Amino acid sequence: MSVQLDSKTPTGEVSEKWESYKGHVPLVSPNNKRRIDVIIVGSGLAGASAAASLGELGYNVKVFTFHDSPRRAHSIAAQGGINAAKNYQNDGDSVYRLFYDTIKGGDYRAREGNVHRLAEVSTAIIDQCVAQGVPFAREYGGLLDNRSFGGTQVSRTFYARGQTGQQLLIGAYQALSRQVALGNVKLYNRHEMLDVVLIDGKCRGIIARNLLTGELERHGAHAVVLGTGGYGNVFYLSTNAMMSNTTAAWRAHRRGAYFANPCYTQIHPTCIPVSGEYQSKLTLMSESLRNDGRCWVPKSTADVKKHPSQIPEADRDYYLERRYPAFGNLVPRDIASRAAKTECDAGKGVGATGLAVYLDFADAIKRLGQKAVSEKYGNLFEMYEKITGDNPYEVPMRIYPAVHYTMGGLWVDYELMTTIPGLYATGEANFSEHGANRLGASALMQGLADGYFVLPYTIGSYLSNEIRTGTVQTNTPEFDKAEKDVLDRIHQLMGVQGKQTVESFHRRLGKIMWNKCGMARNARGLTEAISEIRELRHEFWRDVFVPGRRDEYNPELEKAWRVADFLELGELMCEDALHRNESCGGHFREEYQTGDGEALRDDENYMYVAAWEWRGEDAKPELHKEVLDYEEIQVTQRSYK
Amino acid sequence: MKLTLKIWRQGGKYKGEFVTYQLDNVNEHMSFLEMLDVLNEQLIEKRETPVAFEHDCREGICGTCSLVIDGRAHGPMQGTTTCQLHMRHYKEGETIVIEPFRARAFPVIRDLVVDRSAFDRIIQAGGYVSVNTGQAQDANAIPIEKDQSSRAFDAAACIGCGACVAACPNASAMLFTSAKVSHLALLPQGAVERKRRVQAMVAQMDKEGFGRCSNVTACEAECPKEISVENIARMNREYLGAVFAGETV
Repeated sequence: MSVQLDSKTPTGEVSEKWESYKGHVPLVSPNNKRRIDVIIVGSGLAGASAAASLGELGYNVKVFTFHDSPRRAHSIAAQGGINAAKNYQNDGDSVYRLFYDTIKGGDYRAREGNVHRLAEVSTAIIDQCVAQGVPFAREYGGLLDNRSFGGTQVSRTFYARGQTGQQLLIGAYQALSRQVALGNVKLYNRHEMLDVVLIDGKCRGIIARNLLTGELERHGAHAVVLGTGGYGNVFYLSTNAMMSNTTAAWRAHRRGAYFANPCYTQIHPTCIPVSGEYQSKLTLMSESLRNDGRCWVPKSTADVKKHPSQIPEADRDYYLERRYPAFGNLVPRDIASRAAKTECDAGKGVGATGLAVYLDFADAIKRLGQKAVSEKYGNLFEMYEKITGDNPYEVPMRIYPAVHYTMGGLWVDYELMTTIPGLYATGEANFSEHGANRLGASALMQGLADGYFVLPYTIGSYLSNEIRTGTVQTNTPEFDKAEKDVLDRIHQLMGVQGKQTVESFHRRLGKIMWNKCGMARNARGLTEAISEIRELRHEFWRDVFVPGRRDEYNPELEKAWRVADFLELGELMCEDALHRNESCGGHFREEYQTGDGEALRDDENYMYVAAWEWRGEDAKPELHKEVLDYEEIQVTQRSYK
Repeated sequence: MKLTLKIWRQGGKYKGEFVTYQLDNVNEHMSFLEMLDVLNEQLIEKRETPVAFEHDCREGICGTCSLVIDGRAHGPMQGTTTCQLHMRHYKEGETIVIEPFRARAFPVIRDLVVDRSAFDRIIQAGGYVSVNTGQAQDANAIPIEKDQSSRAFDAAACIGCGACVAACPNASAMLFTSAKVSHLALLPQGAVERKRRVQAMVAQMDKEGFGRCSNVTACEAECPKEISVENIARMNREYLGAVFAGETV
């Protein structure tokens, strides 16, 4: 029987919920905090900021990362910026407007209470980061500069050249390092979490593999936080870093944490197109480029192979400006991506593969001068030139959409707790805040909001009941069993000794996902995908080859485990996409569109969060619903025209 | 194109030696690491142990990738990490020699993978501003001159890859350490702790076994983020200033 999920959102006016929550949440006294252990998995923005903040509060924190250093986490690659409702530009921004834009941008599939809280704490994030020494861009008067980003009509994005994620992560990493030096946080680098351990229904620790020795370790705690990022690499090719994976979240899911809205995938409109089979990843070109770059394709399919300089202005179709005059090139990501696909599907795509559109800076260079353009986007232009060999100051960039971010993730309540008591999920690893589509520059905001300003309050609500628990022992039958399960799975992976490489399975999974659960989906394709993925998973367990030993440094074994988890997740994503008979945000079902090709929501039947419960490898997952109530915002059809 | 690769193998059955591999069908649009992916796929298919190398973001920002390629950290291109290096810069029939970053403070873990956690410990020694979450004032309360902020950014752009150490004949970590010292000393928020910070970080750097700086400046030449040796000069000034001020840690 499916049960209604309770988000535990406080009652009252949306603008007063968080204040009221903070005023009433139970606290843990300083002398008790010392007796409480918290494990944080992941050292990106969401993990590092939480670890630093909880360490400062006096909890005993252990941080686990599979990287050699916490500073490597993929948050570092975020380019464009971070939103905050500071209204420094006096252009009409406010907490309410950021809240409204985020709900609307998410196509009315996010929880109002969470999003308002996010908008409220956004301003404190900027203050905190500046105090840490994050060198945001400034104006000549010495004050902070802002720019506008897709899906908004105000300039509320703070940025540090094209390396905002790097600078914010280094800020959080430095705060974390300070806590390590003070002895409040213990760092376990090159450790990968492979399971969570439940005792009497509560999360009490993890099993981690030391990636250098292969040794399995048990770590007990009163609460575990997963800040382990998104699962975009299920598509094989994505803008995610090579090691980004779903394993921590998926293992938690298999132990009882519901997985929410797995089909909501963000396809970023501006990435460097694929060049060949050997391609290992895709590179994003920041969305901020659309502030000054103009997207176009030739009007005539006969011109697609011509050099862009030979296509006169009159023969170019600036399709975003034509279709969406109010927002032009600054429409949200899902809309910009689909529009590029529509043009390419109509045979107007450019470049060797025909799967690319132009992003042209000629006008901006004429208007602002090359120096100003280079100041804003210099490092992005260089990055583009390194990869493609073309100079974007002279030839328009060629771009195409690519998987970039996953809005879905572990279901969490208002306190960021999953359906397993004592297990939390923060940042991209959870499902909340962005609904069916995330606005640009909001991922960094959410990761840091969760870690710096939300979790440190909400975790106290649970931990205040743990002060009498005492140290969690790891010599229990539950830990024995969890460790044995992990070891068995490793033996199983190493034992197949088949003929095909891990990489080849991952590539095949990616193709199925991209073709049938990518930018546009339909019931037939999704049904096919589910059986294809299932077959592929069985083939994997029959014929995969993992070289080396388990008790040594073995990157292929790490990869094999992650791909095995992706194979299970991929199927769930297709199930979710198939069940959601509507189009919304990043989920576009071809059967559900308006006459002019826009997403057609079905609010009557699908205004809910789909949270899936694991029922076993070949069993159908069970759907639970959290109905979304819009008390504040009037739900309308999203329009950017 | 066809290439010959001479790759340092260490660990498992290899005691520490160069092993030669022939690779056909290298495409000019491949990145250097994709070329190594292709080699590893072939090795795995032949039931041989793949070459261990580190990488993650593959867009030049995480600092995970390394490699000394034909004697140069991150290969031949200026301001480029190994993951951003593309095969269009190589010619048919070339031989490429690939080694790990070598330094006493960066012990080899396996093949081309080294342990760079010494860098984390240098940051832990003082590479931060001591501000707890929630203690900050309004972000615009202190205006910072644009150029000053920009110089701080230039230093903060360091990705912590360790190429400076690998390039230095003394295996010195002066460029890495000075970039962090500069980043924070140039900003009013970091200025409060500047004296304590520079001494603590330099002490940790020495403790980790990095060598001294003898002004070779190979670090700057090989740095994929083109961090300037001006930062080393600034760190020296900061250090002397701190010592003369008599504030010891």
